[in-house]
Amino acid sequence: MMPRAKLKAQKVEAAQALLADRTLPEGGAWITKARNAAQARVRDMGLPTKRDEYWRYTDPRRLTDAGVVAGALHDTKGEPLVFDQIDRIKLVFVDGVFDEQASDPLVLDGVEICQLSQAARTDLHWARDLYGSLDARAQSPVERPLASLNTAYATEGVLIRVTGKPQKPISLIYLRKSETADAMLHHVIRVEAGAEATVLENGPIATRFNQVMEVDIADGGTLHHIRAQGRDHERVGSAHLFARLGEGAHLKSFTLTANGALIRNDSIIWLDGAGGSAHVAGATVGDGAFHHDDTVFITHGAPRCESRQVFKKVLRGGAVGVFQGKILVDQIAQLTDGYQISQSLLLDENAQFLAKPELEIYADDVKCSHGSTSGEIDDNQLFYLRARGVPEDTAKTLLVLAFLAEALDEIADSAFADDLRTRLEAWFERRG
Amino acid sequence: MLEIKNLHAELEDDSEVKILKGLSLKVNPGEVHAIMGPNGSGKSTLSYVLSGRDGYTVTDGSATLEGVDLLEMEAEERAAAGLFLAFQYPVEIPGVGNMTFLRTAVNAQRKARGQEELSAGEFLKVVRAKAKDLQIDADMLKRPVNVGFSGGEKKRNEILQMAMLEPKMCILDETDSGLDVDAMKLVADGVNALRDAGRSFLVITHYQRLLDHIVPDVVHILSEGRIIKTGGPELALEVERNGYADLMAEAQA
Repeated sequence: MMPRAKLKAQKVEAAQALLADRTLPEGGAWITKARNAAQARVRDMGLPTKRDEYWRYTDPRRLTDAGVVAGALHDTKGEPLVFDQIDRIKLVFVDGVFDEQASDPLVLDGVEICQLSQAARTDLHWARDLYGSLDARAQSPVERPLASLNTAYATEGVLIRVTGKPQKPISLIYLRKSETADAMLHHVIRVEAGAEATVLENGPIATRFNQVMEVDIADGGTLHHIRAQGRDHERVGSAHLFARLGEGAHLKSFTLTANGALIRNDSIIWLDGAGGSAHVAGATVGDGAFHHDDTVFITHGAPRCESRQVFKKVLRGGAVGVFQGKILVDQIAQLTDGYQISQSLLLDENAQFLAKPELEIYADDVKCSHGSTSGEIDDNQLFYLRARGVPEDTAKTLLVLAFLAEALDEIADSAFADDLRTRLEAWFERRG
Repeated sequence: MLEIKNLHAELEDDSEVKILKGLSLKVNPGEVHAIMGPNGSGKSTLSYVLSGRDGYTVTDGSATLEGVDLLEMEAEERAAAGLFLAFQYPVEIPGVGNMTFLRTAVNAQRKARGQEELSAGEFLKVVRAKAKDLQIDADMLKRPVNVGFSGGEKKRNEILQMAMLEPKMCILDETDSGLDVDAMKLVADGVNALRDAGRSFLVITHYQRLLDHIVPDVVHILSEGRIIKTGGPELALEVERNGYADLMAEAQA
């Protein structure tokens, strides 16, 4: 075992090496302040290693390694992208860079949308109190240097301020056209009191990506977040979702992950106001050289809040799925209702699921439950379907979708859920 | 319709456990045959071997449906060929709606037989009518397959599947188990409504009482993997009165 001090020195050294030839992007006073602070955090924490508690099952080196990033593009064979049938305002990024030509005008009733690159040039912006602030807050009790790295160096992203109830979802579309792009995206979303919006994300982003989304939901506000992370196999990336919820605020976040050599999704949520709710769900399908890690940390910091974590993973052909989920209940958070379930369906003997559920409770009047299971397709169910004439492959697909249903059911709007379900069906049909 | 000749089967994992030891029977079109027998005589194994469940090895004999070898087919092919097994313990499938399940099954079989698939509208019309006869309400059709169903609801759901799939050869594996008198009557009525000259039934049961409602043409007594006696409905009454002991002693003599 390496002594702690030596390990820390190595992490700091790795950060120094990574930052040595990088200069912080130019920008206005507010963002420069946030970037400087974030850069200092990275220098101080160093880069993550597999010896860190929250990286035990996933090796972070590929997310920060120097050298050329490369990965073949995935041929979608002309298939329409997810959410294509849904009326929405489209913001297109190509290899992590905003594409104004391909995007809709950033005009929608009830919302202000602004590119990060433009806002960064101004000296004063509503995002100034938010950009990097949730990243900073999230560094304790668990260090998250990748997020600070992003806050310091990201130049692309959008700042969304929801002031009303926009009629259409705001759709972030991430196209990947380069085999070597290494992208950073930083989004900030502020949902004002009583406002409500839906934010969609879809696409592979880039060959390597580091994404941060900071969300602040004021009292009584609601955000629906639905994300489909694309099908490109040769891709590594990390995405942090930070969300702070005020009194009676609601967040529903759902992520579909299919393929990817290494995808790590961190969701860090604070229920700061009484009566709020946060639902985080994920459905994952992985085949072959696939490593996918969902890490969730929900803090109940006020009474009468509800949280749900529902994660389902279907793995085959050597795919690895990881779930690390924590519910932390502060002393003040009486009458907390916390639920967490993580389940995997292993379609062959080579697939692997690693789960680490955690509860840390300081209040005495709470209801918290958690469960984690790992299993195969149920032979009785399979035979029952076949005995009714359903061919084996179809029966298996039906059972796999049934397994994923509890996670998909977390999506409030069935139009989105149906769209994702169709994609999942096709994913299995292609594999037979 | 169904012809079983000298069928021998053992457990796949343990060839020492021989369950069927030379079972023969023949069911003609339109006939209802009952198979009765004590626990462990091989009743359920027979239903599983015929329907194609994994876990058994057929070591000898044959089983044909309208002259076609059943044992060579996959479970789903047997179903498409017209074989139906009403399960003793219908399986719960959380996450799959009963309606989706029924429609997938009906259309898979139609497709396998080269027929057009039913449209959503056509299917709905048919299923609603048949569900009504079995007192299956809309809620039961919407719920996940058999999840939270009572014993009686599960068995009614089996009969609904049978009615929708319109098989030629129906095997009912202890369909009466776990049913109260009223539920049994409802299930039996459902079965009787499906009786016709082109459809045969093999009713596996412990007790005679189901046979009061579904009156068989032929009754077989199964013991230790073989049919030891065949007769008319009166044979079932004899079992009800005297148990299996006498018949088994008679067979061994």
